Amino acid sequence: MAALFLRIARRMAALLATVIVGGILTAALVRSSPGFDTDERLMDLRLDRQSRADILAEHAADHDVVRFYARYVGNMFRGDWGVSSSLNAPIRGLIASRLPLTAELMVFGLAGAWVLALGLALAAVRYSWWSHMGSALSVLVLSIPSAALAVLIFATRGPVRAIIGLILFPRLFDYLRNLLADAYSHPHIVTARAKGVGPVRILIGHVFPVCAPQLLALAGVSASMAFGTAIPVETLCDLPGIGQLAWKAAVARDLPLLVSLTMLITLLTQACNAVSDWAAAGRAGARS
Amino acid sequence: MKSRRIAGTVLLAVLIAVPFSGALFPRFSYAVQHREFTDAAPSLRFPLGTDDLGRDRFARLLYASRVSLLLAAAASLAALVVAALLGGIAGYWGGWCDRCLTRAIDLMLSLPWLFLLLAARALLPLNASPVTSLIVTYSLLALLGWASPARVVRAGVRSFRDSEFVLQARSEGLGEFRILWRAVLPNLRPILLAQFWTSIPVFILTEANLGFLGLSAGEPFPTWGSLLRDLQSPLLVRPEGFAPVAAIAFSVCCFRLLSPKGRLQA
Repeated sequence: MAALFLRIARRMAALLATVIVGGILTAALVRSSPGFDTDERLMDLRLDRQSRADILAEHAADHDVVRFYARYVGNMFRGDWGVSSSLNAPIRGLIASRLPLTAELMVFGLAGAWVLALGLALAAVRYSWWSHMGSALSVLVLSIPSAALAVLIFATRGPVRAIIGLILFPRLFDYLRNLLADAYSHPHIVTARAKGVGPVRILIGHVFPVCAPQLLALAGVSASMAFGTAIPVETLCDLPGIGQLAWKAAVARDLPLLVSLTMLITLLTQACNAVSDWAAAGRAGARS
Repeated sequence: MKSRRIAGTVLLAVLIAVPFSGALFPRFSYAVQHREFTDAAPSLRFPLGTDDLGRDRFARLLYASRVSLLLAAAASLAALVVAALLGGIAGYWGGWCDRCLTRAIDLMLSLPWLFLLLAARALLPLNASPVTSLIVTYSLLALLGWASPARVVRAGVRSFRDSEFVLQARSEGLGEFRILWRAVLPNLRPILLAQFWTSIPVFILTEANLGFLGLSAGEPFPTWGSLLRDLQSPLLVRPEGFAPVAAIAFSVCCFRLLSPKGRLQA
């Protein structure tokens, strides 16, 4: 038990260190970029010299990366995530109001993609016709930029919530098909099939346990993929989620918002990966 | 498998030949604006019509194909050099160097790539020239796209590290860098080639997504991604507006025919 707690503590420390390093790197990169002092508002020709100087002075506090980051993290622990310079609103509120929509899109997308990919992969393992059909569909979807696919579905008044699922499906299908084909060729599964054990029992009792570590790892990676897909989908379909917020922050060079989003996304993706790793390790331990 | 590769090579040759042979007949430049033909429908003179500024969509598509294909290949090559260097060091020497690099690779692979690119692309000044923004976009693809090939290279180098030919080279007194350069690297060629062909379509699709979001090359320079920006108003799009999508899909299919099967794309 103590060893388990130690492992969890180590993993949590690594997770925290990764998030902090990710945040510092983003802050340092943004600070040293040629566009750092550029502000969209400066393009407004109506501004006089004093207004321009005031806008530039707003950036002065961010010039020292370490001080900026230390102050930022300190404030974050007190619940103050700063204010978005482009949207002029508290970052915490912006993220809190947009997170549910992104979470809903991701859950729908992931569920749809997994059901479709797993279903087709299972059919493909048993019948070559389904394998060819799945491959063709997978190649077709993979060949179209996800943003263009989102527009196609949006323009044909298709279900917007299904877009992420459709984009993710081929990325899962190829891997799942290979994984399941490999699992079904294991000698004990071939023997079980020869003895007439039902397909559902084989799948649940023999195939899934064999593939569980890889499936859990894939689940962690697919959550990260789902967020990557949410950016163009939310931006193009005008859905006010975290993906659209990330795009707006990038376009407006909003340093505080970009750093917050980087830390949040690093934390979420690393947490997903850590949970899937723990589950996979636990599963492997239980089997051995 | 062989027929698949032959088909891929032939289709790729066609894909490269069409836009590059277009350079021999520069009927219209990608930037010339025919103000009397704005938003024109497809005709003999303008096979794909014109955009809202009167620019020939076909000429722009041909030019964009050249730019996107060349730069995606260049970015893939650059990413591969970084991947070979880092993956080679991590795989060959192991230890803390391997642990740090593996952690960095895992971090890079776990983060959504498009978000990283968005954040990195935002570092450019607003008044960057079109050529600068184009070069920076593809350089970023190369700089951020090394992680996936690096993991494969690392695994490859690790498998060669204790092989007989490396042991023999070591027993003959060859230095570690020389062994890496003369014995390990030539054996990595199939892995590097496979990663090269796999990375190109990934970069093409990522640039397309960035262009769609308005974060690729600046106007008037056309790339496949920047041409897709016309689709941002989906309800106003005409069928010929999807020509860049078809070009991208065709090229990605060609590259997929040449690359190994079953690779997970982030």
